[in-house]
Amino acid sequence: MTVLAGGTDLMVELNFGRRRPEHIVAIDRVGELAGIERNGHVRMGAGVTYTRMLADAGSQALAEAARTIGSPQIRNAGTIGGNLGTASPAGDTLPVLAALEATVVLRSKAGERRVPFADYMTGPKKSVRRADELIVAAEWDEAGPAQTYMFVSTRNAMAISIAGLAMVVDRARKRVGIGLGSCGPTIIRPADAEGFARGLFDEAGWERPHRPSESAAKELGRLVAAAARPIDDVRGTAAYRRHALAVMGARALSRVAQIA
Amino acid sequence: MTLAPPRPGARVKVRGVIGEPAPREDAVPKVKGEFQYASDLWREGMLHGATLRSPYPFARIRKVDVSAAAKLPGVRAVLTQDDVPGKKTYGLMDRDDQPVLADGYVRFVGEPVAVVAADTIEQARAATKAIVLEYEVLEPTFDPIAAIQPSAAKLHPKGNVLERVRILHGDPAAKADVVVEGEYEFAMQDQAALGPEAGLAIPREDGGVTLHVATQWLHEDLDQLAPCLGLPESKVRIVLSGVGGAFGAREDTSIQIHACLLALKTRRAVRMTYGREESFFGHVHRHPARLFYAHGATKKGELVFVRATIVLDGGAYASSSSAVVANAGSFAAGPYRVPNAVVDCVGARTNNPPTGAMRGFGAVQSCFAYEAQMDKLAKACGLDAVEIRMRNGLVEGDAIITSQPLVGSAPIAEIVRRCASLPLPETAAHRDQSELPGGHANVTRGEGVVRGVGYAVGFKNVCYSNGFDDFATARVRLFADAEGPLARVHTAAAEVGQGINTVQLQIARTELGIERVELETADTNVGSAGSSSASRQTWMTGHAVLQACREVRQELVRRAEREGLTLDRTDLADLLDRPIEKTVTYRHQDTEKRRPDGQSRGHVAFMFAAHRAVVDVDVETGLVKVVQVATAQDVGKAINPLGVIGQIEGGIAQGVGLAVMEELIVEKGRIRNASFTDYLIPTILDMPPVIADVIEHPHPDGPYGAKGVGEAPTISSTAAVVAAIRAATNRDLERVPVRPDDIVFGTSSRSGWRIAPGDDPRRAVRG
Amino acid sequence: MPPTIDRRGAALRGPSAVDVALEVNGERVVVHVPPRRTLLDALREQLGLTGTKKVCDEGTCGACTVLVDGRPVYSCLTLAIACENRRVETIEGLAKDGELHPVQRAFVDTDAFQCGFCTPGQVMSIVALLRTVPQPTEDDVKRAVAGNLCRCGAYPNIVAAGVSAGRRKRT
Repeated sequence: MTVLAGGTDLMVELNFGRRRPEHIVAIDRVGELAGIERNGHVRMGAGVTYTRMLADAGSQALAEAARTIGSPQIRNAGTIGGNLGTASPAGDTLPVLAALEATVVLRSKAGERRVPFADYMTGPKKSVRRADELIVAAEWDEAGPAQTYMFVSTRNAMAISIAGLAMVVDRARKRVGIGLGSCGPTIIRPADAEGFARGLFDEAGWERPHRPSESAAKELGRLVAAAARPIDDVRGTAAYRRHALAVMGARALSRVAQIA
Repeated sequence: MTLAPPRPGARVKVRGVIGEPAPREDAVPKVKGEFQYASDLWREGMLHGATLRSPYPFARIRKVDVSAAAKLPGVRAVLTQDDVPGKKTYGLMDRDDQPVLADGYVRFVGEPVAVVAADTIEQARAATKAIVLEYEVLEPTFDPIAAIQPSAAKLHPKGNVLERVRILHGDPAAKADVVVEGEYEFAMQDQAALGPEAGLAIPREDGGVTLHVATQWLHEDLDQLAPCLGLPESKVRIVLSGVGGAFGAREDTSIQIHACLLALKTRRAVRMTYGREESFFGHVHRHPARLFYAHGATKKGELVFVRATIVLDGGAYASSSSAVVANAGSFAAGPYRVPNAVVDCVGARTNNPPTGAMRGFGAVQSCFAYEAQMDKLAKACGLDAVEIRMRNGLVEGDAIITSQPLVGSAPIAEIVRRCASLPLPETAAHRDQSELPGGHANVTRGEGVVRGVGYAVGFKNVCYSNGFDDFATARVRLFADAEGPLARVHTAAAEVGQGINTVQLQIARTELGIERVELETADTNVGSAGSSSASRQTWMTGHAVLQACREVRQELVRRAEREGLTLDRTDLADLLDRPIEKTVTYRHQDTEKRRPDGQSRGHVAFMFAAHRAVVDVDVETGLVKVVQVATAQDVGKAINPLGVIGQIEGGIAQGVGLAVMEELIVEKGRIRNASFTDYLIPTILDMPPVIADVIEHPHPDGPYGAKGVGEAPTISSTAAVVAAIRAATNRDLERVPVRPDDIVFGTSSRSGWRIAPGDDPRRAVRG
Repeated sequence: MPPTIDRRGAALRGPSAVDVALEVNGERVVVHVPPRRTLLDALREQLGLTGTKKVCDEGTCGACTVLVDGRPVYSCLTLAIACENRRVETIEGLAKDGELHPVQRAFVDTDAFQCGFCTPGQVMSIVALLRTVPQPTEDDVKRAVAGNLCRCGAYPNIVAAGVSAGRRKRT
């Protein structure tokens, strides 16, 4: 079963004859997939579009990710479920879902199962989703305002991420999540960097804003870059990706640490 | 024959004359979606054509078997080289160069091997996949410098040197107090017109064919097409269809011959339209280049010599490489007074995708290098970027390095000064986050952002050069209908978006003193207009229309005199009981052929522009935002000021694109980014505001003093943007496009091309 | 308890070509399309509405922009059958009674194009903008057409057209 949500990925494959699925299930008009529920916990239906996320995303970083999609046409079409379904390392929302430690909700005739995002992607455009399963939602705990998402690209709109980074500091739960996009076969969680950041917040106090030292920010960036597994491709070199991640890591930390 | 245009105000005021901002003649159908572009053409029962292309950069074709493909449902014809009834080769400047369909060898990835016509496009594409081909893969050559070595394998019967130009000016051994050297690299840019290559070929009762096509030069297509079809030119008519941008990519034929072959074979109308990916394989690109420079100057910064070795990669076929090479050499020293110069410029044949015409045509490559050199020289002499250019800039009467003196142009110093005095933008601190480099994706809120300002000046020829018989024909018919006098102008000038149609109408209105002027569809039923390239149509077709109108007017005067009337006080309709029709072919003054030492009056006229770019660079991530481009350009006379500004802004958009993002990435002869997902062209958020000072310094030979406009904005805008990035980053940045890597790591050269030590001008200087 | 999928409107179509009812520029039309056909191809090849342009066929250029239920979409990324009973607006439907739409008028007056190939898409994106932001700023216009490439580089005039269209009243 091939599921068609906003069409921003699948239609390209169809138009260029790279895929000829027997059956296509179009889910863009399934109302129940387009809902967002929030009560400290967020359940975002798979059919929620980027346009919708601009108004209500249940995550600051996710709203920022939606805003970086330059084209209104793509924002009107692309969905969180589609991003998960394609499971591209360059998927715009995926580093955020990783940083939020989101859960992917999959359903089949046999019932529903919930997969932590960390276990969801298995490779470029590969995931644990079975052919008979539909992505129905992504869920996460609301994590407060200390979040950001950024990516580098040479163009200022309609840009594909050369390397992207999401950072979520959940001050209530004393948790730091970092997700790296376009720099490995899957979205990468740099565990050492997250641990280092936790230490910084332990020291500075989780409940109040602080300004990390330049050296601390740099060290975080270094740890982020060290965790990446980038490749050279037409969009950028591995060396540049690592470098950009280090810069973004440092900047993200400095930025979110000051938000309480 | 001269006759002044009608006195303004003598009768009713005529609107839409020269010098007035005039809306496009085709504006309303274009905004309504009614304008028919080549890919919109449709005919009941038409077939669809598809092309099978080579997967290899260099291979011998051992076997072709089309039998299975021909039997597939809906397939009406499958053609290979054996089915070409006439001449088997074609070429823009060398008719014996490129096979219509592969001739036993393929020489680049994407070379057409066979074409198919079928009832539907899906069937046609399926049939191309069913053609059985056996290749013997040969050792390809991708490095142009390796390709031109005497020991290199011959990639084509005509050899691997497409053109070699040597310019010797003054004392080749001149010495100077201050010498700066540099090695530059220029990647492959694509024209990336949005309209795909497309056309509709319709067989005629008389065995001929009519082709509706998007092209830049109808008659050149005809001249290449008819011999290949084995038809006299009288049996082939080519009609200009709507053109969705050109920028040089439609100088060479694409679908033209193939669609006609299929139509003649099947006796059915055949439409061919390339998809986006195929388009990247189906047209020529801008020449990548390596440029090795040495500049010598006095301590005061006055140029003493320029030495340059320029290598251009022509790819597998000749296209217009010979003229591009000549241009890159001719303009290699820039618009400066250079008493001594040695320039070697060579175009190589390789197994890379063929390259040819693109806006700026050879002048862009050398401008990038010589302007970087001028900045180096300024630094070495303690001058600023404006001063060094004003000090060395050409003035009227000065000669360029081919010894051709400058006529009818504003002095470079004035252009530079006026450009430099245009207002600067607000500082980065005042800009919204989304306006910062990478700001749209939150990368910076000001961290790492450094502003830089850079200047560049460029120049190039208007019209064709080096003895080419350059002409344009116009037919003007003046008659009266119930509403009064009406003129119809018929030329073969290709309107590709540049606005030549409006210019023709403006000139006719001006000369005839009437507002009702219409254009006939451009086709080969009238004489050639030459190509919509080399910024030449306003000059050439403009002149032809102007002169045809003046001849019509002379006839009016004669008629009026016969009636004892004065033209100014007579209703023109009273003199038009029978129509007046005049056809005029305009030729510009002869240019000289290139001599072995490169010294000759090879060009008709020059156009000049100066650019000042302001950029913000996030020096930590290497991301760039072009904040503003200011320009002063001498256009001679702005026939349509609205169109002039459009050309200036549009050319700058393409120059900015080349500076910071546009590169066709070719690896082992294969284009790796043949899509708009990965070949990035500027969006509206990448386009800087443009401030333009349009200088009207009339050229004595141009129509109303007008010169060409379209190419100058692309020539030096790239160099100015890179200069600005250098100023912000202190990096050398010897390669375009500038990638974030280059800014962050200081890397530059990537091609790996190497020149022989004897060709290295730097060595000559040191010795 | 898991929510149930809303089955209203769900239908199995294909694999051969099917009739699909669309509302195109205010008129109800039925097109006979293979289920895989894009809205773009259905408009261009079957309804003869060639004003909508095919350029990249992968949602990266904007030349195929049309409005579906009032929102700008890339018609190359939209299946025709997915638009069943939806309201589709194309460039051909804008001018009424021989009079250009204010956005079209503004494009003519500000010279907001050269070759014109991207123009229908640009116009549709700005038409959609004006319905929610009747008097857009330059920034609003830029964001609205950020997904519409123009290779001729007529961008400054496109911005001017969008802003001036907002000031016009339809007569």
